[in-house]
Amino acid sequence: MKFVDEFRDTEKARTLQSAIHRLAQQIEPRLQRPLQIMEFCGGHTHTIFRYGIEQMLPDCIEMVHGPGCPVCVLPMGRVDDCVALAERPEVIFTTCGDAMRVPGSKKSLLQAKAEGADVRMVYSPLDALNIARRNPQREVIFFGLGFETTMPSTALTVLQAEREGISNFSLFCNHLVTPPTIKAVLDDPDMKLDGFLAPGHVAMVIGERAFDFIAQDYGKALVITGFEPLDILNALWMLLQQLAEGRHQVENQYTRVVNADGNQQALAAIHRVFAVRPLFELRGLGTIDEIGVCMTDDYAAFDAERKFGVPNVTTVDPEACQCGQVVKGLIKPWDCGIFGTQCNPENPMGALMVSSEGACAAYFNHGYGGRP
Amino acid sequence: MCLGIPGQITAITNAETLMANVNVSGVVREVNIACIVDDEHAPEQCVGDWVLVHVGFAMSRIDEDEAQRTLQILQELGEVEEELNAMRASA
Repeated sequence: MKFVDEFRDTEKARTLQSAIHRLAQQIEPRLQRPLQIMEFCGGHTHTIFRYGIEQMLPDCIEMVHGPGCPVCVLPMGRVDDCVALAERPEVIFTTCGDAMRVPGSKKSLLQAKAEGADVRMVYSPLDALNIARRNPQREVIFFGLGFETTMPSTALTVLQAEREGISNFSLFCNHLVTPPTIKAVLDDPDMKLDGFLAPGHVAMVIGERAFDFIAQDYGKALVITGFEPLDILNALWMLLQQLAEGRHQVENQYTRVVNADGNQQALAAIHRVFAVRPLFELRGLGTIDEIGVCMTDDYAAFDAERKFGVPNVTTVDPEACQCGQVVKGLIKPWDCGIFGTQCNPENPMGALMVSSEGACAAYFNHGYGGRP
Repeated sequence: MCLGIPGQITAITNAETLMANVNVSGVVREVNIACIVDDEHAPEQCVGDWVLVHVGFAMSRIDEDEAQRTLQILQELGEVEEELNAMRASA
C-alpha cells in the first residue's frame, strides 16, 4: 500500500538499527543509567510491540510507554456515566469499538448492551449522525474520546448537526489535550526521561510548535514521528543524534503529514465547539488542570452532559494499582505487585491493562508475563 | 485509536457538505474532506490527492515529496552504513 510498505522496508530498518547502535556506543560511556525515551502515544506503543522494536535497540535505551492511550486513562467514573446515559430508554449510545470493553465500577458498555441498553459500535461520528437522522424519535449520543487527533472529527460532526438542525444528536465529551498531559509527566519530581517520541497525528492537528515548551522549558529532546516501524526507528536515530550532540530541540520526522502550525481547518472547528475544562481526571495521573475540554456554551444543546445530566461519581482505582508509576517510567509493568496475576487483560484492574494500546496489556500480550 | 490509513480521493460526492469518495486499498468509502479544503484547494481540486483517513475524515494531505525525501535520507544512510561496515571488516 502506498506510503505504508515503503516505511516497513526490512533493509532500511537494519540500516537504522546499525546507525542507532553506533550512536549508542558513543553515548554509553557517559551514562550513569540507561537512557529513558518516552513514546507518548498508544499508537506508537502498538507499533513498537508489533514490530519488536525494543528487541532491536541497544541495552542502554529504555522505552517508557506513556499515558497517550485515551481508553486507558479514562476514569472508571466516566464509564459509569456512559452506562447511565446508555441505559436511558430513549437513548441510542454510539461509540467507536475500543471503548466497549472498558470496565466501569459496575459494568462496561458491552455488559450494558447485553442487558438491553441500545449501544451501537460505529466507525465514524458521522455514522452516529446518520443514525440520528434515521431515528428522529430517539436521542443519539456519540461518545467523544481521544486526544487532539480525534477532536476535529467530533467537532465537525457537531457543526454538521447544527447546520442540518439535527436536534436529537449530542456528544458525551471526554476529549483530552496532549501538551498539559505531557507537562504533568514532566512535572513529576521523580521523572528521569531523556527524550520523547511525540505523537504524529496529534501534531498533524496542533502543529510542531505546540511541543516547543518541552525543549525550551524542560530541556528535553523531542522528535515527532509517524506510525510505521521505519518512522519510529528513524525518529529514535534522530533523537540519539540530539542526545549525542547535547542538543534538545523539537524535530519532525513525519514531514509527509505534519507541519509547523497544524491543520487550520481542524483547529478552527475545535475552537468553535470545545473549551478548556478546568479540571479533569486521568486514571494513573490524577486530577489535572486544563487537561480536558468540554463543549462551549454555544453548543450546549449538543452536549449530552448538560442535556441529560450524568451521575458524575468519582471512583477510586484499587490501591494495589501502580499505573501512575508505570506511565512516568518509574517502574516497569512487571514491578507492579498485581501485574499478570489479579490484573490481566481479561480482568483489568488498572488503566494500563484495559486496552491493547496500554503499556501493561502490551507487555502481557507480548509474552512478558514477568521480569525477563 | 490514533491510527490513520492512506487513501486516494476519487470523486467529490457532495461539494456543499464536503464529502468525497476515497479509495483505500480498493475499498471505496465516503469521507468528509473539511480538513483538507482551503482557499488554495477547492473541493474539485482534491480529486487524485493522497490523504490520511481517520474515522471517516480526510485529516491531512500526504506530501509525496516529503515522503520521498525521508526515504532518500534513509537510502543515503544505508550507503554510509555499508561503507562503514566495509571499513570495519577490513580494519
